[in-house]
Amino acid sequence: MTPSLNQYLVLSALLFGIGLAGALARRNAVLVLIGLELMLNAANLNFIAFWRFGPHPEKLMGLMFVLFSIAIAAGEAALGLALVIAIYRHRRTAQVDRFDSLKG
Amino acid sequence: MLNEIAFLLCAALTLAGAVAAMMLRNLVHCALCAAGAFAGLAAIYLQLDAEFVGFAQLLIYVGAIAILIVFTVLLTRGAEIQPGAASSASSWWKGVPVGALVLACLIWSIMASPSLVRLPSPNVHAPVKQIGEQLMNQFVMPLETIGLLLTAALLGAVVIGLREPRTSEPNS
Amino acid sequence: MSGLDQIFVWIGHRAAGWFPASVQPLVSAVLAIAGVMAVFGTCFALTTLAERKVLGRMQNRFGPNRVGPYGLLQPLADAVKMLTKEDIVPFSADKTLHFLAPLVLTVPVWLAFAVLPFGRNMSAINLDAGILFFFAVGSASELAVFMAGWSSQNKYSLVGAMRAIAQMISYEVPLVLSVVPVLMLAGSLELNDIVAAQGTYTFGGLARWNVFTPWGLAGLILFLIAATAESNRSPFDLPEGESEIIAGFLTEYSGFKYALFFLGEYLGLFAVTGLAVTLFLGGWHAPFQWLEWVPSWFWFAAKFGALIFLFIWVRATLPRLRLDQLLNFSWRFLVPLSLINLLVAAAWYWTGAWKFPVVAPIRWLLCAALIALPYHWLGRALRGAMPPPRKYIYAE
Repeated sequence: MTPSLNQYLVLSALLFGIGLAGALARRNAVLVLIGLELMLNAANLNFIAFWRFGPHPEKLMGLMFVLFSIAIAAGEAALGLALVIAIYRHRRTAQVDRFDSLKG
Repeated sequence: MLNEIAFLLCAALTLAGAVAAMMLRNLVHCALCAAGAFAGLAAIYLQLDAEFVGFAQLLIYVGAIAILIVFTVLLTRGAEIQPGAASSASSWWKGVPVGALVLACLIWSIMASPSLVRLPSPNVHAPVKQIGEQLMNQFVMPLETIGLLLTAALLGAVVIGLREPRTSEPNS
Repeated sequence: MSGLDQIFVWIGHRAAGWFPASVQPLVSAVLAIAGVMAVFGTCFALTTLAERKVLGRMQNRFGPNRVGPYGLLQPLADAVKMLTKEDIVPFSADKTLHFLAPLVLTVPVWLAFAVLPFGRNMSAINLDAGILFFFAVGSASELAVFMAGWSSQNKYSLVGAMRAIAQMISYEVPLVLSVVPVLMLAGSLELNDIVAAQGTYTFGGLARWNVFTPWGLAGLILFLIAATAESNRSPFDLPEGESEIIAGFLTEYSGFKYALFFLGEYLGLFAVTGLAVTLFLGGWHAPFQWLEWVPSWFWFAAKFGALIFLFIWVRATLPRLRLDQLLNFSWRFLVPLSLINLLVAAAWYWTGAWKFPVVAPIRWLLCAALIALPYHWLGRALRGAMPPPRKYIYAE
């Protein structure tokens, strides 16, 4: 017996919920980024699951989307973490709620 | 049956990694647990016959993004547990209800749609050759755009990360 | 050709044949795993001995010669010493990560051997995306090194881990880029297809290995340099530079865990050497057509041994680089050269359609010039751009 589509979707929803709750609740910028990555991964899992269970898996549409999404995630992580480091250098903190002033 | 068990194991690994990544106190532990969650997801992709994407996920998330996160944690001194670190728990009342609400909506809509209880199409495989051909024909514009985007991101990250000479401090 | 060549495959089939049909795939998988682990485990022991012997000879001394005849039992003595040592965990260490790090390093490295073809019909699994799998499982080693260095809570460990990660990230780029031309020309990511693409013979029975083409030769050299750095070997061994930072990320490890790290590093070297043999040196194919009667696994082993000897030789020859030299060498020299090598591979592909007399040497020289001239200019340009010798402010 193989898992059905809705099991994968529930897993993806759980992952998204965890990522969202964490990104909103934690105050360290790095953890907010990890939360974002988890949400992105949940979306990727949805794409893969719908590709696999969809009517036309031979068209590879979902796979392609996930490949591009992973590439963008890599760029996003690099840029986001560079920003965190740059802000840390100015403000000596990586807590997002301390980034409350527009004047550097 | 075997598939079901494998799925449950991978799902448990992914969820445990994700929860730990969001809950733990020490940021290095968080980053490593996130890497575990990414690896679990890669295993699930493999189970869904998406070999290429699974390996790419492993290569990029575990090999690159997790390392980046760990580096940032060390560079921002996040690894040192702050004495008042318990205060991070005080903001849970903002995050958890929103997350739970979204989760409830999603789960409800998944459970309410009977068309989602379906079995996979048999004998699906995504040969690397076909992926490559599609990338070069149908998806060539997105591919080029991604190349441009990654180059821009690389340059941007370097420019942001460069130390500005006048703000350099003696103690760093 | 058939009998001795396929002997391991035959033994595997016969052994699996004793079991009921339902468990036969499982049994043959277990047999393949056991075979790989036994062969490369032995190989690890022999290489540690060979390394010390060869290094000794190159440095005009004997090397280990006390245990057993000619010191052949030295690995056994080393193993007993390693395994009976006290396993010390520092008081302030992060116990869980300190325990997990050697496992995270060693277990994925074994996986990489699954896709390597050791002989005709002798690869454990035929993966469509074999190369990608190889690099994907290898990516866990960076995390393992970080875990080891950070969890020890020792500044030497942390410095060593940071050096190791910077080095691995920098050299992974030329490593992967030097592989890409092979994939382009073979048109496949599956290692068996890549070996098959090198299986034909030209002029008087000389094999068509990738290394005999200009881009293949340049690719092999780039690949070997990057592989030396990836496996933290001299002259790129500054993550463990014992004269600077004790033992780098291994400082706080002893006994069995240290042995696991040692094993993991050598296995990583073996895996990457096996990949070099497969991609550039024709895998298990014989160098000349008239040598085809020699079993295929012998050719793989011979090429593998030759490359391992080359690594040992390099270790005995070159001094250790400085960190800035190391990073500059990768980003300013190896990465541009491997990108140019992609263009050379493309040129080689297009000139393959040329039809006129003596085309082969002209084509070869043209493509060789395409990679040799940038090499020359880049080297000249970098010599001018190198920073002046470092001034030691505090040491003098």
